[in-house]
Amino acid sequence: MTNMGNNILYVMGIVAGLWLARNVHEIFLGLPDEAAQGAIYRILFFHLPSWFTCFTAFLLAGVSSILYLTKKNLVYDTFAVSAVEVGTVFTVVGLTTGSIWARIIWGIWWTWDPRLTWALITCIIYAGYLMLRRAIDDPTARAKNSAVLCIFAFASVVITYKAIDWWRTQHPGAVLSFRTGGGRMDPAMESILYQNFFALLLLTSVLVVLRMRQEAMSREIEGLRRHAHAL
Amino acid sequence: MDSRNFTYMFYGFAAAWLILALYVVSLVAREGRLRRELDSVKKMIGEASGK
Repeated sequence: MTNMGNNILYVMGIVAGLWLARNVHEIFLGLPDEAAQGAIYRILFFHLPSWFTCFTAFLLAGVSSILYLTKKNLVYDTFAVSAVEVGTVFTVVGLTTGSIWARIIWGIWWTWDPRLTWALITCIIYAGYLMLRRAIDDPTARAKNSAVLCIFAFASVVITYKAIDWWRTQHPGAVLSFRTGGGRMDPAMESILYQNFFALLLLTSVLVVLRMRQEAMSREIEGLRRHAHAL
Repeated sequence: MDSRNFTYMFYGFAAAWLILALYVVSLVAREGRLRRELDSVKKMIGEASGK
C-alpha cells in the first residue's frame, strides 16, 4: 500500500475513533432516560448498530463473492473474506451485548427465540466460512468454494433480519422508523443509533482494508513458497 | 442519568469494546507474523537462487 493510502487509512481510523468517542458521550450524557429499563437500554446503541454493521459486511461479501464467480478476480475473494471476518466480530458483539441486555430485561442470558437462534446460526455459518478457507490449500478452489458458501450464507442474514416480523416471540419487534413508519422511538435516540452505525461502518472499512492487505500478503507468501519448491 | 442497571450497562459496553480491541490486537499480531514470514521466504528464495 502506498504512503498516501496508509495516511488515508490512519485518518479514517482516527475519525472513526473520535466519532465513536463523541457518540459514547452522547449515549451516556446526551440522551434522555428510558422509563422502564434504566441505564441498560443504552446498550442498544451498540447492539443494533453492531448488527447493521455485520449485515452490511455480509451483504458486501456476498456481492463480492458473486463478482468473484463471474470475473474470477481474486481481489473480490480477498474483499469477501475480509468483510466476513470483520462482520463475524460484530456478530459476536451483537450477540454478547444482546445477551447482557436480556439478563436484566428478561432475567435470562439466552433463550431459543427465533431471532436469537437465527442470529447464532448466522454467526456459526460465517465462522464456518472462515474455517472452510483454512481447510482448502489450493487458492482457486478455496476462493470458488467459499464464494458459493458466502452467497448461500446470506439467506441466514435475511432470515435473522426478518425473524422479528415472521415469528412474534420474545425478542422485541422493529422500532426504527424506516420499518415501522415512525412513532416507536424518540428521534434523538434514533439519530444517535444511526450515527453510531455510520461510525462503526467507518471503523469496519479501516479494518477490512487492513485485513485485505494481510490476505494479499498471505497470497504472496503462498506464491513464493510454491516458487521455492520449484527451485 | 438513571442509574438502575448501571453495572450491566457497563458490562455491555466493556464487552463490546473488549471484543473489538481483541480483534484489533489479533490483526496487528497477524500483520507482524506475516511480515516476518514473508521476509523469511524471500530470504530463503534468495539463498536458493544464489546457489
